[in-house]
Amino acid sequence: MTEIPLQHVLFVSTALFFIGVYGFFTRKNMITMLMSVELILNSVNINFIAFNKYLFADKLDGIFFTIFIIVIAAAEAAVAIAIIINLYRSHNSIDVDETNEMKY
Amino acid sequence: MLDGKFISLIVLLPLFSFLILGLFGRKFFKTFSGIVGTTSIFASAIIGFITAYQYFFVIGQTNGVYKQIIALKYTWLQFSPNVSIDMGIILDPISVMMIVVVTFISLMVHIYSLGYMKGEERFSVYYSFLSLFTFSMLGLVLACNIFQIYMFWELVGVSSFLLIGFYYDKPSAVAASKKAFIVTRFADLGFLIGILILSFNAHTLDFQTLIQRLTDPNSEYLHRIVSASFLGASALTWGLVLVFMGGAGKSSMFPLHIWLPDAMEGPTPVSALIHAATMVVAGVYLVARLFPIYALSCPAALHVVAYVGIFSSMFAAIIACTQTDIKRVLAYSTMSQIGFMMFALGVSSYGGENGLGYMASMFHLFTHAMFKALLFLGAGAVIHYVHSNEMKDMGGLRKLMPITHLTFLVACLAIAGIPPFAGFFSKEEILAAAFASNPVIFYLAIATAGLTAFYMFRLYFSIFWNKAFHSHSEHHGEGTGTMLLPLIILGICSIGVGFIPFGNFVTSDGNTLHTEFHPTFSIAPVLIALGGILLAMVFYKKENERPNRVASSIKGIYTITFHKFYFDEIYLFITKKVIFNLIGRPAAWFDRNIVDGFMNLIATITQGISTLIKGFQSGRVQNYAIYFFGGIIGFAILFIYIWR
Repeated sequence: MTEIPLQHVLFVSTALFFIGVYGFFTRKNMITMLMSVELILNSVNINFIAFNKYLFADKLDGIFFTIFIIVIAAAEAAVAIAIIINLYRSHNSIDVDETNEMKY
Repeated sequence: MLDGKFISLIVLLPLFSFLILGLFGRKFFKTFSGIVGTTSIFASAIIGFITAYQYFFVIGQTNGVYKQIIALKYTWLQFSPNVSIDMGIILDPISVMMIVVVTFISLMVHIYSLGYMKGEERFSVYYSFLSLFTFSMLGLVLACNIFQIYMFWELVGVSSFLLIGFYYDKPSAVAASKKAFIVTRFADLGFLIGILILSFNAHTLDFQTLIQRLTDPNSEYLHRIVSASFLGASALTWGLVLVFMGGAGKSSMFPLHIWLPDAMEGPTPVSALIHAATMVVAGVYLVARLFPIYALSCPAALHVVAYVGIFSSMFAAIIACTQTDIKRVLAYSTMSQIGFMMFALGVSSYGGENGLGYMASMFHLFTHAMFKALLFLGAGAVIHYVHSNEMKDMGGLRKLMPITHLTFLVACLAIAGIPPFAGFFSKEEILAAAFASNPVIFYLAIATAGLTAFYMFRLYFSIFWNKAFHSHSEHHGEGTGTMLLPLIILGICSIGVGFIPFGNFVTSDGNTLHTEFHPTFSIAPVLIALGGILLAMVFYKKENERPNRVASSIKGIYTITFHKFYFDEIYLFITKKVIFNLIGRPAAWFDRNIVDGFMNLIATITQGISTLIKGFQSGRVQNYAIYFFGGIIGFAILFIYIWR
């Protein structure tokens, strides 16, 4: 079984990144937007792991970075969900189109 | 005995009582404030008299010449090593004489006001203003620096403004105070420019240095200021004429005289103090202070002084003959007498026998302060009694107010120049000085003296004789003792001060000037004055038709004179129609359209741009994300492809 080349992995991560960006721009539900952000973060994680394995196999820097990102993503999700809950309490909705008071 | 700190008490005591009365008077000692003010000015007057005695009889003279003594000098503001504004005290014959006049008249007015202003709601405010005025006037006369005199000059202007507008609920008083302030302020602009011209060229503000530098024929300063010329006159002439303009405004000389008659809206004792005896002679004092420069370096400016003086004198005397408000008659007579002092300075020259005019002017200032203050205080007593300023409401008061009647008669005789009253002596000196130098001025002055006698006795007969007095209500007596005492003291002074050998004390160069009495010279003026008195007697002693008949026979002239030659109207026309329309309105248009328009344009542009770009701040999270992402892409392109 031949080894999967680096380009394939990078292709997957790039695709995942743009799927995340697309979701972030088009979805109106804030939970889904949060999920899209998680996709973007995960595409970055894949990049880190891939480069670590293919280019610097004897080092662990990329893996540690990935673990950091996962931890921060968890914290970020907690904060984001807290914001969303508060938003729901005040607006009875978590649709971003409903929350445009903060403008000129 | 005579050290500077002691003398400075003369000035500082009134300032102190002004502060005390102004800050605490209204709350804590409302009824005593008169006593407080009077006590402080009394102390100040005592010190003033001691100073005068010491100066004139003990320390002033060296080898028979009166010297200028700088008793105190304190550098207040240093501009450069040579130019500084000092606060100081100068003692020379005229300043010491002015101390006596100011403190004495002020004391009389303070005492008089105890009775006159009794029961006034703002009694303590009145006394604090009087103290402020006395302080500033004393500071003015003792100034050793031309800028110091300017500051106190403005201070007397302010206190005059405050006191004219003392009855601030009367619109006419408010208008009069504004008018006085604006007219004198306008004149002071000239004064300030004059100061700047003189001090710029002489490199000093100090009086002694200034006079020394601008009179010494070898001084480079004098050469420079004489050679610099503008519109055909030298800078020196311009400077001196502009300084005189300030003096003319304060002394209500001809083109700037319009404020003085209106200033009579103030309380009568104030008119006696400020607008008769002291502040209005500040202009004469100023010219006398700079007299060496006028006389030695610039006779042209002195001619201006002389002609303005004689013209104002004649002009005011003519108007005074037709006025019916007794205080206005006195105001015009003040203007006329100050005209006498001015032209006496104008015809004088410096030093020796030719300095007679200078000495006569100061002498007349001195005697005039006495009898004019007396006239005003007497008029105040009459107004207090009758409750009216109009002549037609008076008449026949001689039995009802015997003391006022007697003292008023003394003052009228003094101002008319009848021997042996004070005015006779000083007026004779002035006429003699005019006769010696300029016949035109002399004949006009003689005619004015006759007019003076006529209108003063017109006033006297209209108040005290004419018809019988009809009392409208039950009357109090003639006035309280505090009102009568100053009248009596000033009455005695009006008789006595003429005998002072003034030439021994106050002369242009400090040397003694022996004046001789020429009986033959005095015959003509005294006869003319007597003629004026007789004419007034015929017209006004008994109520009759003659004045009206004469008035209607010269109706045109009478009407013009009655309206003071329409000067108020001319000034109103010039300000309202000419200045407001030609300068004020275009300036307002420029301000409203050009200046404001430019600012509005900037604001409009800013607003337009912000309207254009405010859509970016939409409040939608996803839009912001797109800008953010776009920015990232932009930077990525920048860093990867362009900025390598």
